Amino acid sequence: MSSTVIPSGELGQQAEESNYLNVKHTIASWLLTGDHKRIALLYLVSTSFFFFLGSIAAGLIRYELTSPAGVVLESETYNKVFSSHGILMVFTFLVVAIPAIFGNFLVPLMIGARDLAFPRLNLASWYMYMTGGTLILAGMIFGGVDTGWTFYTPYSSMYSNGQVTMVIIGIFIAGFSTITTGINFVVTIHKMRAPGMTWFRLPLFIWAMYATSLMMILATPVVAITLLLVVYERTFKLPVFSPELGGDPVLFQHLFWFYSHPAVYIMILPAFAIVSELIANFSRKRIFGYHFVAFSSLAIAGLGFLVWGHHMFVSSQSMYESIVFSLISYLVAVPSAIKIFNWMATMYKGNIRLQSPMIYAIAFLMIFTVGGLTGLFLGAAGTDIHLTATYFVVAHFHYVMVGGTMLAFLGGLHYWWPKITGRMFSDGIAKVNAVIVFVGFNLTFFPQFIVGWLGMPRRYHYYYFAPEFQAYHIMSTLGATVLGLGFILPAFYLTMSLFTGPKAGPNPWGAHGLEWETSSPPPTSNFTETPIVMDEVYDFDPVSDHAKDLKDIEERNRRRSEEGYCGSEDDN
Amino acid sequence: MSFFNFPLAPPQASNIAQAYDPVFYALVALSVFFTVIVCAGVILFAIRYKAGTKADRSRPMYENLPLELTWTIIPLLLGLVMFYFGTALFVKIKTPPKNCEQIFVIGKQWMWHIQHSNGVRENNTLHVPVGKPVKLTMISQDVLHAFYIPAFRVQMGVVPGRYTELWFTATQAGEYHLFCNMYCGTQHSEMGGKVVAMDPKDYAEWLSNGGQSVAPMSMEQAGAKIYAKVHCDNCHGAEDTLHAPSLYGIYNKRRIFADGTSLLADDEYLRDSIIRPYDHITAGYGETMPVYQGQLTEEDVLNLVAYIKVLGTPIATTPTSIVNRHSAPTAVSPTNESSALAANAVQANTPDPDATPTRRVGSPAVGAVAAEGRNR
Amino acid sequence: MSAITNTSDHGHDSALHHQFEDIGQQNDSYIVGMWVFLSTEVMFFGALFFIYTLYRWNYQLDFYIAHEHLDVKLGAINTSVLLFSSFTMVMAVQSAQLKRRLHVIGYLLTTIVCACTFLVIKYFEYSSKIADHLYPGAGFATDAHAAFGAHAFEAGKLAVNMNHAQLFYALYFGMTGLHAVHIIAGILVILALIRLWVIRAKSVTLDYIPTEMVGLYWHFVDLVWIFLFPLFYLMPKPH
Ligand code: HEA
Ligand code: HEA
Ligand code: HEC
Ligand code: CUA
Ligand SMILES: [Cu+2]
Repeated sequence: MSSTVIPSGELGQQAEESNYLNVKHTIASWLLTGDHKRIALLYLVSTSFFFFLGSIAAGLIRYELTSPAGVVLESETYNKVFSSHGILMVFTFLVVAIPAIFGNFLVPLMIGARDLAFPRLNLASWYMYMTGGTLILAGMIFGGVDTGWTFYTPYSSMYSNGQVTMVIIGIFIAGFSTITTGINFVVTIHKMRAPGMTWFRLPLFIWAMYATSLMMILATPVVAITLLLVVYERTFKLPVFSPELGGDPVLFQHLFWFYSHPAVYIMILPAFAIVSELIANFSRKRIFGYHFVAFSSLAIAGLGFLVWGHHMFVSSQSMYESIVFSLISYLVAVPSAIKIFNWMATMYKGNIRLQSPMIYAIAFLMIFTVGGLTGLFLGAAGTDIHLTATYFVVAHFHYVMVGGTMLAFLGGLHYWWPKITGRMFSDGIAKVNAVIVFVGFNLTFFPQFIVGWLGMPRRYHYYYFAPEFQAYHIMSTLGATVLGLGFILPAFYLTMSLFTGPKAGPNPWGAHGLEWETSSPPPTSNFTETPIVMDEVYDFDPVSDHAKDLKDIEERNRRRSEEGYCGSEDDN
Repeated sequence: MSFFNFPLAPPQASNIAQAYDPVFYALVALSVFFTVIVCAGVILFAIRYKAGTKADRSRPMYENLPLELTWTIIPLLLGLVMFYFGTALFVKIKTPPKNCEQIFVIGKQWMWHIQHSNGVRENNTLHVPVGKPVKLTMISQDVLHAFYIPAFRVQMGVVPGRYTELWFTATQAGEYHLFCNMYCGTQHSEMGGKVVAMDPKDYAEWLSNGGQSVAPMSMEQAGAKIYAKVHCDNCHGAEDTLHAPSLYGIYNKRRIFADGTSLLADDEYLRDSIIRPYDHITAGYGETMPVYQGQLTEEDVLNLVAYIKVLGTPIATTPTSIVNRHSAPTAVSPTNESSALAANAVQANTPDPDATPTRRVGSPAVGAVAAEGRNR
Repeated sequence: MSAITNTSDHGHDSALHHQFEDIGQQNDSYIVGMWVFLSTEVMFFGALFFIYTLYRWNYQLDFYIAHEHLDVKLGAINTSVLLFSSFTMVMAVQSAQLKRRLHVIGYLLTTIVCACTFLVIKYFEYSSKIADHLYPGAGFATDAHAAFGAHAFEAGKLAVNMNHAQLFYALYFGMTGLHAVHIIAGILVILALIRLWVIRAKSVTLDYIPTEMVGLYWHFVDLVWIFLFPLFYLMPKPH
C-alpha cells in the first residue's frame, strides 16, 4: 500500500526519541539552524505575527467604514491604515507564507532529500525577511506610508510625505528573501530528488512550488529595481517617473504590474499546491488528470507574465494594448478552469473523508471559483472601465487571496500540523472553525461585490455623499467580525494541541507521500536512509479503501487522547 | 431596482450604461452557471462518495483526454465570446463620435476644475446636456486621478503630462455621483461631487447664464425647501393643531413649557427645538417630534431657522449665503446628499476656481504640463 | 546513486555538505543555482535596460546631445580592462580545473587589479561629471554652456531639453552605479575565493566548482558592461 520500497527496516524508527524539534533546545540552535524544518517554523511564527498586524489594520478599516462619515480615524490615518494592511498582507504575509512555511518544510521531505540544496542561504533568506519586515514596520511606526500597496508615481515619489523610502527598502530586502527561497527550490527540485523520484512521480505540490519559484526568480527583481528607482527619484528629485521633468508616470505601473500580476499567481499557485494534496488524499483517489494539473501550473506561470496590462485599462495605455492584455487574461483563466474541473473529477467516485483539511479544501474550491470568475469581469476591458478601483475589485481579490490562499493555507496547516509538531488537534473543533470561516468570509466580501457594482470607490475614507452604500458596509463589517473569530480560533486550539493533543504518529490521516513515511516530527536528517521511489505518490485504491480504516484511526486517536499516548506502536 | 436600503444596481443614465449592462449581466449569468456547477458538483460528490456510503466506486477513472478537452474548450470558447463582447464595448467606450460637446477637466489635489466650451467654469460639479454626446478632455496638474461617473459606467485616468479623453451621452436628466477613483492622497475620498444631466434647453440657458440655471437661493428659500423635503409641514401647519404647535410668527415670542418654565424663542432656542426637541416640551404637547440631531446638518438647521423666522411672511429673494462645499467646515459632514442641495446649488458660482490650495508650491502651470505631454 | 554518505560529517570545511548524496550532485546543484541566480540578475538589469530604451526612443536628440559629454576614450579603456579581466578569469577557472593553485591565485589577483582599475577610471569619470554639474537632481547643469559646450546651442538658443538631459544622466548614474556595485561585490567574492585557495580549503582544492561559479558571475558583470558601453557612450546621431 505504500508507494515506496523501504530499503531496510522502518524509516525514521529511531527518531521516536530524537527529532528535529528536540535535538537541541538553545535559542542559538534555532536562530543559527540550517535545518529546513526549523527555518519553516521560524517563518511560521514570523509570518503569523505580520498577519496578525495586518488583520488589526483590516479590523480598523472595517470598523471605520461602518459609518458614511467615518468613526474614529482621520483621513490621513485611514490612508495609512489601508496601505499598511495591503503592504503587510501582500509583501510580508501572503507572498511569503506558503512557500516559506510549507514549501520549506515539505519540498525536501516530499522528494526524499535530506535538506534544501543551500541551507545557509535558506537561513539567510529568513534573516533578510526579518530585516525587511522590521524596516517596513519601522516605517509604519515612524510616520507611516499612505501610498497604498501599489506605490503609484508620482504620488509616492514626489508628493507623499510618509516614510516611503524606509518601507520600500524593507520591501526590497524582503524581495531578496523571496528570490533566494525560489532559487533554493528550483535547484533542490532539479537536483535533489531521491532515486526513482522522476518528474512525473512528483507530488503536485512540488510541481506548483516549482512554477511558483520560477515566477519568484523572474518577477521579483523587476519590482525590486522599480521600487528602488522610486527611492532614487524621491531622494534626488529625479525625473524617472515624474512627468514634470519628462518622466512617464505610467511606466511605473507597467513595471510594477509586470511583477505584481505574476505575484498574484505566486500567491495562488502554492494554494493550488496544497489543495491538490488535500483533495487526492482525502478522496482516497489518484488525482484526476495528473499531467493536466501539473502542466496547468506551468501554463499559469508562463501566461501570467503576459497579462499585467489588465490592471491599467484606464491608465491611458493604448486601446490596442488593452485589448491584447484582455485577451491573454481570458486565456490565463483556462488553466485555472482545468485545475478546478480535475479536482472535481478526483472527488467523483472517491472515498471521501470529510475531515477538517478536506472541508477547507472544499470551501476553497467554491470560493476560488467565484473569485476567479469575477476576475473575468475585470479582465474584459469594457466591463473593467466601470468596475476598476471599486469595491468590486476589492471583493475579487479578497475572494482569491483570503477565500483562496488563506483557506488553502489553513487547510494545509491542519493537514501537516501533526507532521510538523507530532501532535493531533481536535478534528471536530477544526471542522466547526472551517464553517465559521466560510460563513464569515462570504458575509464579509460578497456585499462588496454589490457595493462595488453600485460604484463605491476603493481607498475611500468617507462616503457620506453616497449613503446608499452603508447597508452593505455594515454587513461586511459584521462578516469580518465572524471571520476574525475564525482566524483567531485555530491559534488557540492548535497551540493547545501542543500540550494536550494526542501523539499523532507518522501518518494520522492514512495519507500517501514520502513525508508521511518518516516519523512525526521528522528526524533532523528527514529519513534515516535515502528512500527509493518505485511509483507515483497517489496510488490509492478507492474501491478497497474502506471507511473502516478511518474509523480505526479515529478510534485510536480517541483512545490515545484519553489514555495519554506514550507507546511506540507501529502506526501504519 | 431597489428595495429598502439595498440598491442592487446603479442608475443607468447614459448610452454607454445601456450598452454596458447587458454585457455585465451576461457575465453574471456565466458566473452563476459555473459557480452552480462547481458548488453543486463538489457538494454532491462530497455527500454521495462520503467514506462509508455504499456508492458505486467501481472502475475509477484517472485520465481521460476527451473529458479534459471538454472542460478546456468549453470555458475557452465561452471566455472568448465574453472577450468579444467586452472588447466591442471597450471600443465603443474608446471611440467618441465626431460631433461632441467639448468640455475640459483639470484634476488637482483635491478638486475637479471644469471648463465649458464657452468659458463657463465650475468646480466639482459637471453640468451636461441630455441626449448630446459630450467629450471630456482631461489632464492632471499634480498626481494621478481618475474621473468616474458610476451612473454612466464611464471612467478614465487623469494623468499629469498628457491628455486623456472620456465621452458619453447622458440619457436621463438627474444628478449623479462623480468620484475621483485613483488614489491621490489625503482627501482622495472627498475629491468628488456630482454630475448634473439637464435638458438640452436648460443646459443652453445655463451656459448662457454663465453657469446658473436658477437664481441663487436665499437661506430662507433653502430652508423652505428642506422644510418641505423633511416634511416638517406634516405636523406644523399654519394653526396650532393637536399634533403640533404652529411655528408661524413664533420668532422672538415667549414660549411656555409643560414644566411651567418659559423661554424667548430666539435663534438658539429654535435650533435646540429642532435638534433636541425634548429639552423643552411646549405646554400641551408630548414627546412626538422626531429628534433631528444627526439627521440634519448644521447648514440645514441654519437655513431652517432662517425660514421659521419669516414663516407667514413673503420670502425675501436676495442671496444671503454662498456656501462652497470645500470652504465649508468639514467637521460636520452632511449625512445625506439631498440636504446639501442648497449648498450645491450655488457652488457653481464660486468666484475663484483655483481657491483650493495645492500642497506643492511651484508646481508648473497646467499649460506647461500639457505642453510637456504634447511633446512626446 | 545508492551510495549512502556519512551524514555525521559536519567538519568545518568538508567538501561535501550533509544534504547532498555525492559530490557530483553537489557540484551540479551549485552550478544550477548560479545560473538561476544569474537569471534573476538578468531580470534586474533587464528592467533598467527597458526603461533606458523607452526614454532614448522618446527623447533621441536630447539623449544624443547629453551623451556627447561622456568620455568615449575612458569608456573604451574601461571596456578593454574588463574584457581583459574576463580573460584572466577564464584562465583562473582553467587553472583550477588543472589544480594549479598558484596560477589560480595569480589570475584571480590580476582580475582584482583589473576591477580596481575599472573603478578608479570610473571614479575619475564620475568626478568630472560632478564637477560639470551633470549629476541629476537640484542644481543639474546650472551652467549649460560649461556643461554641454557649443553643441547644445542652436542659433544662440539652448537646443537640448534640460529635463531630458537630466533623465539621461539619472539613468547613466543609476545603471553604471548599479554595475559598479556589482563590480565591488565581485571583488569581495574573488577575495574570499583567494582566501580559500590560500588556506588550501578542501572545497576549492578538490574541485574547481567554486572558482567556476565566481567565474560565471564575473562574466555576467562583464557582459552587462558590454551592453552599457555602446548604449551610453556610442550613440549614432539621430536625424
Ligand atoms: C491570489 C490572487 C489573485 C488571483 C488568483 C487572481 C486571478 C485573476 N484575476 Fe485578479 N487581482 C488580484 C489578485 C488575484 N487575481 C489582486 C490583488 C488585484 C488588485 C490589485 C490592486 O489593484 O490592488 C486583482 C485585480 C485584477 C484585475 C484588475 C482590476 C482593476 O484594478 O481594474 C483584473 C483585470 O483583469 C484581474 C483579473 C483576474 C483574472 C482574469 C484572474 C484569473 O486567473 C482567474 C481564473 C479563474 C477562474 C476563471 C475560475 C475557475 C474557472 C472556471 C470555474 C471555469 C469557467 C471559466 C471560464 C468561462 C473562462 N484581477
Ligand atoms: C493576504 C491578503 C489580505 C488579507 C488576508 C486581507 C484580509 C482582510 N481585508 Fe484586505 N486588502 C488586501 C489584502 C488582504 N486583506 C490588499 C492587498 C488590499 C489593498 C490595499 C490597498 O488599497 O493598497 C486590501 C484592502 C482592503 C479593504 C479596502 C480598503 C480600501 O480600499 O479603502 C478592505 C475593506 O473592507 C479590506 C478588508 C479586509 C478584511 C475584512 C479582511 C479579513 O479577512 C481580516 C479578518 C481579520 C480580522 C477582522 C481581524 C480580527 C480583529 C482584530 C485582530 C482586532 C481588530 C481591532 C480593532 C477593530 C481595533 N481589505
Ligand atoms: C411628528 C410630528 C412633528 C414633526 C415631523 C416635526 N415636529 Fe416640530 N414639534 C412637534 C411637536 C409635537 C412639538 C411640541 C413639543 C416639543 O416642543 O417638542 C414640536 C415643536 C417644535 C418647535 C418648538 C415650537 C414651540 O412650540 O416652541 C420647533 C421650532 C419645531 N418643532 C420645528 C420643527 C421642524 C423645523 C421640523 C422639521 C425639520 C419639525 N419640527 C418636525 C412635532 C413635529
Ligand atoms: Cu483625485 Cu483621488
Ligand atoms: Cu492581474
